Amino acid sequence: MSALPRAQELGLIGCHVCGLVCRDRPDLHDAACPRCGAALHRRKHASYMRTWALLITAFIFYIPANVLPIMRTASLGDIDDNTILSGVIELWVKGSPDLAIIVFTASIVVPMLKFLAMSVLLISSHRQTAWAQRQRAKLYRLVEFIGYWSMLDVFVVALLTALVQFGIFSLVEPLPGVVYFGLTVVLTMLASMSFDPRLIWDSKEAND
Amino acid sequence: MSAPDPALDGKDIHNLMICEHCDTVHRRRELVRGETARCRRCDAILERHQMIGTRGMLALVLTAMVIFVQANIWPIVTLGLNGQMISTTLWGTIIMMWNDHSEVVAVLAASTLFFFPLVKMLTLGWVLFFAYRGERAPGFVTAMTALHYVGPWTMSEVFVLGALVAIVKAHAYFEVIPDPGIFAYAGLMMLITVFAGVDMRRLWDLTEARPE
Repeated sequence: MSALPRAQELGLIGCHVCGLVCRDRPDLHDAACPRCGAALHRRKHASYMRTWALLITAFIFYIPANVLPIMRTASLGDIDDNTILSGVIELWVKGSPDLAIIVFTASIVVPMLKFLAMSVLLISSHRQTAWAQRQRAKLYRLVEFIGYWSMLDVFVVALLTALVQFGIFSLVEPLPGVVYFGLTVVLTMLASMSFDPRLIWDSKEAND
Repeated sequence: MSAPDPALDGKDIHNLMICEHCDTVHRRRELVRGETARCRRCDAILERHQMIGTRGMLALVLTAMVIFVQANIWPIVTLGLNGQMISTTLWGTIIMMWNDHSEVVAVLAASTLFFFPLVKMLTLGWVLFFAYRGERAPGFVTAMTALHYVGPWTMSEVFVLGALVAIVKAHAYFEVIPDPGIFAYAGLMMLITVFAGVDMRRLWDLTEARPE
């Protein structure tokens, strides 16, 4: 047994809902936490498959989210459709480069980072490599922490739609891109939740 | 209730804790002010010293509820163009998205900005109110499980940043007047940051009926 024993080696399971340390009973298949009643799992069920499925679906939705316009601005017959990227460029040109960077980070960098990071985590954990485990663990926590900030652009479009209602003078409408983008964010959040970070440490080689 | 408890048959199983991120077993130790316990293997935070007691938490939740009501009843921003003024509240925004064929966005906004935060505050308030009196609230297990699942899906702080971006974008074309709603949201955002550092799981231990 290594210096840092893992629950599985000691025949213990931590409840994922309330954190209670429970004895693992190999004879029991559907054991429930005695304190909160949640099902106990040594590892999250079918973690690789679920995470891949959600991640790939999210990526499929991410394509129309970027290609299709997310917002239409109409002013005196002049119609202007904005995609996520053109919205960022507009902010930059109109003199708010700081906010342009924030929106660019939330809408483009964060989702791309999530696709990349989750793929790296899935592949490396599946291969049970002991490579950069601590860094991978940190990467996962980063993905979980920043994930929901991508919703930023969705809320911006929603607020502008509600506010800019000046008839023929100025009108903002949401376009389908924003729906795909919202779904992408939700799906990537679900993907990172279904990944089990404990798999990072289930390597073939003895760790530490 | 004294059901047979497979979790209690170990000698010191109560003093153990398992890192959620890597499954490493640690021995629990009392933390002093300002201390944070981190996992030796993966460096994840295991536990923080909790500065705010049940009483303080209850006060914070009640404050959050008052601010939440303000954030929802007052308009967030007003735009002006040629003397015409338009303002919106959170629900005005949600209804607008629904009517503009973006029902998915309307549902997302309603859940992450209204229903989930509301559920979170009400269940927390309920559980803390009883914990403050030294009791375990009726429906405690359901409430705590709900809190666990609702947790990651509240996005008020993202909305505050979104409002800021919307204001800057609109500023190029319109007169922009921030309304009380946006300040209430900013207050809510600060409270949420305080809550983020609090581990609600300790309520399980705190309200546990211990056989004497």
